[in-house]
This record gives sequence, structure tokens and C-alpha cells, in this order.
Amino acid sequence: MNIVLIFSVLVLIAIALWQITKIFELSQVKKVNTQVADDNDNDWNGKLMFAFLIFIYGITLFSFWAYGDVLLPDAASEHGVDYDNLMWISFALIFFVQTVTQAMLYYFSYKYRGQKGKKAFYYTDNDKLEFLWTIIPVITLAGLILYGLYTWTDIMTVEENEDALVVELYAQQFNWKARYAGDDGVLGDANVRFLQDFEGKNLVGIDATDPNGFDDVVVQELHLPVGREVIFKMRSQDVLHSAFMPHFRAQMNCVPGMITEFAFTPSKTTEEMRLDTDVVAKVKKINKIRVKKSKKLVASGDIGLDPYEFDFLLLCNKICGASHYNMQMKIIVESSDEFENWMLDQRTFAEVIQ
Amino acid sequence: MSTLAAKVHEEDHGDHHHKETFMTKYVFSQDHKMISKQYLITGLFMGIIGIAMSLLFRLQLAWPEQPFGIFEVILGKWAPDGVMDPNVYLALVTIHGTIMVFFVLTAGLSGTFSNLLIPLQIGARDMASGLLNMISFWLFFLSSVIMVISLFVEAGPAAAGWTIYPPLSALPQAQPGSGLGMTLWLSSMAIFIASSLLGSLNYIVTVINLRTKGMTMTRLPLTIWAFFVTAIIGVVSFPVLLSASLLLIMDRSFGTSFFLSDIFIQGEVLHYQGGSPVLYEHLFWFLGHPEVYIVLLPALGITSEIIATNARKPIFGYRAMVASILAIAFLSTIVWGHHMFISGMNPFLGSVFTFTTLLIAIPSAVKSFNYITTLWKGNLQLNPAMLFSIGLVSTFITGGLTGIILGDSTLDINVHDTYFVVAHFHLVMGISALYGLFAGVYHWFPKMFGRMMNKNLGYIHFWVTAVCAYGVFFPMHFIGMAGLPRRYYTNTAFPYFDDLANINVLITVFALIAGVGQLVFLYNFIHSMFYGKEAEQNPWRSNTLEWTAPVEHIHGNWPGKIPHVHRWAYDYSKPGHEEDFVQQHIPLKEGEEEMHH
Repeated sequence: MNIVLIFSVLVLIAIALWQITKIFELSQVKKVNTQVADDNDNDWNGKLMFAFLIFIYGITLFSFWAYGDVLLPDAASEHGVDYDNLMWISFALIFFVQTVTQAMLYYFSYKYRGQKGKKAFYYTDNDKLEFLWTIIPVITLAGLILYGLYTWTDIMTVEENEDALVVELYAQQFNWKARYAGDDGVLGDANVRFLQDFEGKNLVGIDATDPNGFDDVVVQELHLPVGREVIFKMRSQDVLHSAFMPHFRAQMNCVPGMITEFAFTPSKTTEEMRLDTDVVAKVKKINKIRVKKSKKLVASGDIGLDPYEFDFLLLCNKICGASHYNMQMKIIVESSDEFENWMLDQRTFAEVIQ
Repeated sequence: MSTLAAKVHEEDHGDHHHKETFMTKYVFSQDHKMISKQYLITGLFMGIIGIAMSLLFRLQLAWPEQPFGIFEVILGKWAPDGVMDPNVYLALVTIHGTIMVFFVLTAGLSGTFSNLLIPLQIGARDMASGLLNMISFWLFFLSSVIMVISLFVEAGPAAAGWTIYPPLSALPQAQPGSGLGMTLWLSSMAIFIASSLLGSLNYIVTVINLRTKGMTMTRLPLTIWAFFVTAIIGVVSFPVLLSASLLLIMDRSFGTSFFLSDIFIQGEVLHYQGGSPVLYEHLFWFLGHPEVYIVLLPALGITSEIIATNARKPIFGYRAMVASILAIAFLSTIVWGHHMFISGMNPFLGSVFTFTTLLIAIPSAVKSFNYITTLWKGNLQLNPAMLFSIGLVSTFITGGLTGIILGDSTLDINVHDTYFVVAHFHLVMGISALYGLFAGVYHWFPKMFGRMMNKNLGYIHFWVTAVCAYGVFFPMHFIGMAGLPRRYYTNTAFPYFDDLANINVLITVFALIAGVGQLVFLYNFIHSMFYGKEAEQNPWRSNTLEWTAPVEHIHGNWPGKIPHVHRWAYDYSKPGHEEDFVQQHIPLKEGEEEMHH
């Protein structure tokens, strides 16, 4: 039935188009229609070019006005501040270039729309001009590259140190686990070969012959102390995953067969984030949407949605299979006292396998 | 030697005709003009499938909780009661990407116009090897057929993303699409690569050896420069993808461990030891990135030609344009790592690739400014082809600029694999190259089919597409900056993204309108093929040699002798000439300078 419907709609569109072309043809009987643009075509398309420039500016402004509030709130990690600075500088630059070049492109398309009998300006080269618009990008990009590389090296240089908290992020289809190194600060060796030991209680495959592993703690909810460097060691047991923590400006792939690294220092607790004005506004907006949805759900006999409260996110950001879209873990950033207290309640690997 | 061969060739063809049957003329043709039509029509057919798929998953993204009858009609058991299966969503995304990048924008664009224009614009009777050319097309056709067949296998087609990273693509346990569907995908791609290599070698040899008298490299139209350099990039990089595919086939079917190690899946430890998925990523992107330019350079070449012709002005900075094509081609082979900043490779490599990547902005900027200057003080003939070319420059700039963000390893950390990337590459290579394809079709339709396309339908097509392209992809930057990853079947699993739902609806509405807009083109294309106004020999009053050949297609392209070339392709509105164009085969007047710098 649907196919018939779709088909008939397509046929109708085809007929409509045929009629439109016929009308165009009939309305232009006096002229010989060569299907080549004439002065009239040049004129109205040239004007539309100018209108299109306004459209591009319009959609840019509209997007900022309407969607500006969906952007991520200020970074919640120390390096995130540098990240955001670099981002806004780059953005300012590309917006400037975008605004100017599009203006020239569409304005010229409008201004120099063709007329019969007019002759274009024969202009093949200008070494000075070309040098100018080669050298300006060179200088600008050199600046951006240097700034970018400086920040990059800063972020990516992970130095092992006593003060840092070492956490393993363990990815599998389709969930996350985290392993803390325990009192000794060293993660025990691990491999997927050990996953089936201890009747499946060895959730991340810790090697039971390595004494470093006994005090390791494996959890399903990530707790981090604020203000302390966290060194993440990423592993995956099956396919590629990517540990994406957008609020911390942090991401690293999890690759089966190797351990990858990323480190950052959380600078805001979950509670502090919930009080951030941008976050408050966003949560309010989301809850408004959810209340609306709930009403519909309740009306049709389903259960309504819970109100939303902000939490840091860990998402999977590398296609990994059917439930890729729902591979997540909650991250809680808290004071170091709260963190230590929470840690006391967790069971070590030695306790789990007993 | 080559001149001698060309001479013999020339005398051989002139006016005597081969006996042609239906099979040799329309099916197993060795004539480049027929082969180019075959490429175009196969490419368009694949394009319809690719675009239709994108509309299906856009519907899913806009209204994730809404069952659609049409899903069940088209997808059958994969969408019971109109609810799309997550695996099928991933399959649609994967095959959409594969088809659009390889089958439409590589074969459909470069295959069509390289074949049509290289012999005609350099003044050759045909490609260097008509036989290889024919084999190249039929391999492409075969790979298209296999790709389409893969859509119908029991467990579904490949669904690991168009980059098919292992282990997801290597293990049928990881997702159903990695079974027979992936085997067919890999076979199809292997054949596609063979086709592409045969084509590219042919283009290179033809451009080097078969140029007519007077057609020096510095007099080549920019289209030919673009096709020529594209073919070289293809020959350099496609074999690496073939090796990646072969190694992946070995891992999948013969138990080797090139890309796999330490895997536990579905309650079982697999035997693979010592391989690395990162190696696959290197091999894939060694082609994958140059591929972007394999798609884009021909579109830029077509645009250069069309903008100059319709601006009635020489292309500004011809030498700089050639130099930037060469620079882009060279740089394109040493930037692949910018797809892998956070893959786990050494961060130092990341800084090297940031450096090389951002350098590409320089030749790109030169090209953009040169296009804009070509428009300045022109006498613009705003034909549909011209509109699409101007549109291309616009999307090339908009999409290219966000590349400055993504190419910076630092900034990539947080926008990598989000919708920001989707917006970026769709604008800079997807839409731009598609515009190049449309521009080429509108411009050379009279050459291909001897008839004109309807200009008014062309205008409708352009304006609908132009508005929708920005409508679809501009807001996408914002959902990417909001942190939303791509390839998510639905965003409803994260309440945090609830406020993006209305943006997704807007994007889908624009996408649907754009889809309808393409029907206008399709109608115009098919209708004009049979009922279009009959074309004059040189409808756009263009300088290049293809317009000196008769409208009627003949074997050998020119009756009698091949024209000789006396000037570059861009003598538009040259002072001292009555007409605003001087074709390449017209000798210089007494005392006329060839072109002044």
C-alpha cells in the first residue's frame, strides 16, 4: 500500500514538473529558448546570490541565537581552560575569514551578473596579490600551529608521579568498568585470558599471580577526587571503543591488545557543576522538554520520565556495535574526603575472589 | 615513438567507420564517450540508493521513538512494526558512506568526467587503451552489483562504519553485519580498487602521451590538470587500501592476526595475538585521506573550467592554480594521521600530522581567493552549472575552515567523531564534490547527449539544494560542539542530549526537502536525454577543444584531422578580439602575445 502511495506521489511530482517546464516554455514563445542563461536569468539569479549571502549570515546568527545554549559548558578540567581558549581563538579567526570570503564571493556573483554586450576584464595574474594571500595564511597558520602544538604537548605528556591517581578504564560491548590501583598505586597485570577465572568474578581479567593486583578495586561508577591529577589507562576487551568525557575535554580510544593513556585534573565537583549558570539553564530547558514528553507518555498509559539532574558523562565515541549509542558510565567528581570515604566501601580484588 | 603511434592512429581513423553491433556500441564499448555515460548512469543509480539511505536514517534520528511504516516497507524484517533495528541503522550509515564516497563521488564523478574530457580536451582520438578502459568500467559495475547484493544477505550488510575498523569488522560475533555482509563489502572494494587503478593508469598515460600538437602541459585546461593529478594520487594510495583489505580478509577467514590481539568476546577468548587495529587505521587512512582529494580535485577542476567560461574571464592565476593542485596532492599523502590523533598512536606523531594538515589550508586558500578574483569584474553568465560552481566555492570555504579546528590535534580531542566532523566533511567534500558533479553534468550534458538540460529546472534544483545543504549541515556543527557523538542510533539514552532533539528535527526536514529537490534533477536529466532541446556545437561559447568536435558522437572524436593547439584555454574577453572567447585551436594573430603575466 505504502509503495503504491509513494509511487503515485513520485508520478504526481513528475507530472507537476513536466507542466511547470511546459508553462515556462509557453511563456517564452517569442524568444528562442536556447537553454543558455540570458540577461533575465543572470539578473534574477544574481539577485538571489545576494539574497543567499544574507541567508548564510542569517542561518549563522540564528544558529547562535537558538542553539548557542546547547554548547558544552566551561571545561571542568585544568587543561580544559587552555583547550577552550584555543577553540575560541580559532573560532574567531574562521568566523572572520568566513564572513569576509563569503561576502566577496556572493557580492561579486551579484555585482558582475552578466549583460549582453558587456565585456569582462581580461586579468590573468597578479603576483603581488597572490603572494599576499599566500603569505597571510602562512603567518596565521604558523601562529595557530605553534599555539596548538604547545597546548597539545602540554596535555598529552603524561608523567607518572606519586600524587596522581591511576585509574584503568575498561571497555567492553557495551559498558564501562573502572579499576583503581589501590593503596600501592600500581595496577596489577591483566589480560583477557584471565576473564574466566574465579567463575567470572574477575571482571577485567586481573592476573591473580601478580601481587600488585590484590588491592585493585573494580567499579561500575567512576568517582574522581577534585584537584588531583588522574592518569587513565585505557583497555578494551573486544572491539575499538573511545572513552569520551566531553566536559573534561578528554578523549582516548580503547584498543584491544594495547594500553592507551590520557591524563587530566578535574577542577570542578559534580555539585559545583550543578550550580554553574549555564548548566542550570540547560537542565531547566531539558526538564521542560521532559515534562512535556512525560505528559504524552502518561496520557498513553506509560510511565513518565524522571526529572534530569546534571552528571558528568563518559560516552563511547567509536562505533562498536548495536548498543554503541547506550554505552555510558556516570562520573562523579567529589572532594578528596568524600572520595576516600567512598573508596573505603569498595571491595578489593582479593576480597572479591575469596 | 608516441608521436609516431599517434600519427598512425590519426591516419587510421579519420573517416572510415568500424562496424558496430549493439553490444560493442552500448554495452562492451571501448569508446571513452560511451564509457563516461556508463559511469555517470551507474554512479547516479548508486547515488539514488546512497541518498535514499541517508533519508531513512535521518527520519530515525529526528523521531527516534516514532515507528515509520516506510521502514517496514523498505527494510522488511529489519524494521518490525516500523521500528528500525540498531544494527540496521549502523548498516545504513556504513553503506551510505561507502556508496557516496567511492561509488558516486569517485567513480561517478572522476570516472565520468575523466573519461569524457581527457581525450576531448587534450585532442586525442580516445584513451590510450580502450580495452583497459572498458575493463575498468565493467569492474566498477561488478563491484557496484556486489555492493548492492550485500544489502540483501540474511544477517545484513556491513555495518562497521565506512572505515570498517577491525576488530568490529573482523568478528562476526561483534555484530551481525561483520559476517557475509562484510565479506561482500571487502570483495566489492577489492574489485573497485582494481577498476580505479586501471582507470587511473589509463588517464595518466593518455595525458602524458596523447596530447595534440601544441597542447603543452602549461596549456592544459585545469580540468585535465585536476584529473591527471587525481589519477596519480589514486595510483599511489589505492593499492594501500587493497593491502589493508587483503590483510583484513586474511584475519577474517584464515586466522592470521594482523589487526587483532587479546580479544574476549561472547564468553570466549580468541586465539589472535600480537596484531594491532592501529596498523589498520594507518593503512586505511593512507588511502582514506588522499581519497578526500581524489573526490574533491576533479570537482575543483570542473569548477575552474566552468567559472572561467561563464565569467567570460581567464581563470585568475593559472600557474598558482596548478601549483596548488600539486601542493594539495603532495600534502594529501602525508596527513593521514589527523584521523588518528586519539587512536593511541604516539602523541609526537600527532604534532607532526597537525603541522602537515594545517599546511593544506594554504593552497586551499590560494584556490579560493583565485576563484573569487576570477569572478571580479567578470560578465557572469549564471547558468545552472555556474551556480553550482559558485556554490562549490562557498561550501568549500565553509567546510574547509572548520578543518582548521579538526586538523589541530588539541582541538580534535573534544570534537573527534562528533557531529562537528560530520558537518565538516559533508560540506567540504560531500556537498562540494556533489556540486562539482552537478555542475559538470549541466555543463557537459550537451557534449554527452547532444541535447540541453532545462535551465529553469536547473535553477530550481540549485536553489533548493543550496538552501537545504546549509540548512542540514550548519546546525550540525552545534550538536557536535554540544558533545553528541556520530553513529548513535538514537540520542534518547542520554537525557543530557534531550535539548538537541528539535535541532535534529530541523535537520531532517531540510534533508527531506533536499531529497525531493534531487528528483527535479533526475527528472530533468532523463527527460532532457530524450526530449531536451538539441544542442549547438558550442553552446557555452567555450574555448576548450571538446567544443570543436561535432555534436554527433563519432568514433575518433573529430572527422578528419585533430585540431592543433595555439593558445591556453582561458582567452576569454581578450582585448583585440571581437568575440569574448578565442578557442584553443585558433592561431595567434600577428603580434599577439600568448598571455601576459
